[in-house]
Amino acid sequence: MTLTAHTSVLHAEHLRVRLGAREVLQDVGLAIGPGWTALVGPNGAGKSTLLRALAALQPLAGGRVTLGAADGPDLHALPAPERARRLAWLAQQGEVSGELTVRETVELGRIAHLGLLGTPGAADVAAVEQAMALTECSPWQHRRLHELSGGERQRVLLARVLATEAPLLLLDEPTTHLDAPHQVTLARLFRRLAHEARPRRAVLTVLHDLPIALQADQLIVLASGRLQASGSPRDPALQAALVRVFGGAIRIETDSRGQPRVALLLDPA
Amino acid sequence: MSTSALVSSPASAQAQVSLRRRFAVWLGLLILLGIAAGLVTGPAGFSPSAFWADLQGQTGSLLIGQIRLPRTLGAALVGALLGLSGAIAQGLFRNPLADPYLLGSAAGAGLGAVLVLAAAALGGHFISLTTVAWIERVGLVSAAFLGALGGVMLTLVLARGAVQTLRLLLAGVVVGVLLGAISDLITVVSPDALRGKQAFMLGSTGFLGWNAIALMAAGLVLLLAAARRWARALDALTLGEDSAASLGLDLARVRLVLVLMLSLATALAVSQAGLVAFVGLVAPHLVRRRAPGPHGWLLVASAAMGAALLLWADVISRALIAPQELPVGVVTAVLGGGYLVWLLKQHGMGRS
Repeated sequence: MTLTAHTSVLHAEHLRVRLGAREVLQDVGLAIGPGWTALVGPNGAGKSTLLRALAALQPLAGGRVTLGAADGPDLHALPAPERARRLAWLAQQGEVSGELTVRETVELGRIAHLGLLGTPGAADVAAVEQAMALTECSPWQHRRLHELSGGERQRVLLARVLATEAPLLLLDEPTTHLDAPHQVTLARLFRRLAHEARPRRAVLTVLHDLPIALQADQLIVLASGRLQASGSPRDPALQAALVRVFGGAIRIETDSRGQPRVALLLDPA
Repeated sequence: MSTSALVSSPASAQAQVSLRRRFAVWLGLLILLGIAAGLVTGPAGFSPSAFWADLQGQTGSLLIGQIRLPRTLGAALVGALLGLSGAIAQGLFRNPLADPYLLGSAAGAGLGAVLVLAAAALGGHFISLTTVAWIERVGLVSAAFLGALGGVMLTLVLARGAVQTLRLLLAGVVVGVLLGAISDLITVVSPDALRGKQAFMLGSTGFLGWNAIALMAAGLVLLLAAARRWARALDALTLGEDSAASLGLDLARVRLVLVLMLSLATALAVSQAGLVAFVGLVAPHLVRRRAPGPHGWLLVASAAMGAALLLWADVISRALIAPQELPVGVVTAVLGGGYLVWLLKQHGMGRS
C-alpha cells in the first residue's frame, strides 16, 4: 500500500504553469504510485491546474510529465488517443449539456478505444456494463443526465471515466457538493478501485474535504503553486505541513486505531 | 448505492427508441403532406380544384412540373440543410441559441449578393438586359455561396483556426459586422443593389429550379453521411471541451471539420434561397423537446424537421395573400419568433 519511487505510475518534475502573468505552478515534482492518492491544499493552491497539467490538458511552461518512472514516455508528447487509454480525467464541475442518457454518456468513455468512427464491440459493451455496475448506475441507465440529482450525475461521470479502462484516474474534486453519505460511498469506491477491482487503478483525487482526504493511502499537499509535502496521512511531518498550509485553522488528531482525524479550530487556543 | 432512493421509474431503452420512431413517422408524414400542399398551392391559393384543372391543361402541368414541384422540393432541401447546420452549430458551441448564420456566413453571402447586384446594375448600361438577368441569377447563386464560405474562412483566419471556441465566436461577430458594413456601403452607392439585397435578406423559394435541387440534394446526402459519422464528437462535447479532449479527441480538428460542414450546408442553402430566418435555430429545438437523443439522431431529425418547417412556411407564404406572395423568410421569422415567445412563456410559468 505504501508508495516507493520505483513503482510510480506517473512522474512529474519541475512542472511550471503560467496563466497570464501568474505563475500558478512553480517547480512541482512528484511521483504518483498505485493506490489512492489525495491532492489537498487551500483554495488557489493550484490543485486543479496541477491535475490538468498531469492530464496533459494544460500546456506546460516548463518541466515534464512521464508515464511510469522518470524515464518513461513523455505524456504531453503522446498522441491523444494513446494518452486517453493510459489515463482518464474527470472535470471538477460535472458540466453537462445535451440530452444523453446515462448509458450513452458512459459509452463516450470508449472513444479512447474506438475513435470517433469505430463500432462498439463486445469488449466495449462489457467495459460500459462494468463501469456502471461499479458506480451502481445500472438501474437507471436509460434516464437522461439532467433528470438526475447532483450525486447521481457525479457517479455517472465517474462511470464514464471508468469505462475508458485507463489504469490511472485523475479526478478533480469528485466529492464536492455531495452530502456525507454520498462522499463516503465515493471514498469507498476509490478504495475498491485502488485495492480490490480488477484491474486495479491508481486513483489521484483533488479533494476539498480533509476528512475524506485523510482516508487516502497517500497525500500530496500543495500551497501557492508549490509542493509542500507528500507521504502517508499518518506521517507527523506531513500532518504538520497540512496544519501549516491551512493557517492553523485545523487540528489533526489520531484516533484509537491510529487513524488521523481532522478537527476545525474555531476558537484559537 | 444504498443512500439514493429511486423515485421515478426509468424509461426503458425501447421506450425511447419507439418515441423517436413515432416522431420520425410524424415528420415523414408532415413532409409528404407539405409537398402535396406545396403542389396544390398556386395563384388561386391553396386549391386542389385549381390544381386538378391545371393538371389537365398543357401549360398548367408544365407550370407545375417546372416551377411548383422544384420550388416545393427545393424548399424542403433548403430547410433540411438549415436544420442540419443549426443542429451542428448548437452542438459545436454547446449553446441552444447558436444558428447557422453565426460564423460570418450570412454577412459573407449578403456581401457576395450585393457585389453581383451592384456589378449587374453597372453592367446594365453596356450590355443587353437579358444577359444581365442571366448573369445576375447565376452570379448571385455562386457569389452568395462563395461569400458564405469566404465569410467563414475569414472568421477562421481571424480566430487563428478553430482552437478556441470563444475566439471563434468573437471572430464571427467581427466578420459579421465588418462584411455587413461593406455591403451597406455598396448599397448606398448603388441603390439598385439595395432592392435586390433586401429580397435576398428576406429569403425566397421563388427561384428554385431543378439544377438547384440536384445540387442541394447531393450536398445534403454527403453532409448527412458525414454528420452521422462525426456525431459522436458532438456527443463527447456535451461533457465539456476538456473532457472531450481527455477522451482522446483532437478538438481543433474536430471543430474545424464541424465548422466546415455547417458552413457548407449554410452556403448551399442561402445561395439558393437567401437568408431564411429561424429555421436553423428552431428545428433542432423542436427535435430536442419532442424526441431527445444522441447527435446521431438529432442531426438527421433536425434536417427532417427543417424540411417540414420550410415546406409549410412556403405553403403559407404562397397561400396567405394569393395570388400575391410573401417572402418565405418573413413567414419563418414570424413562426420562429412566435415559437420562441411561447418557449419563453413556458419557462416563465415553470419558474414561478
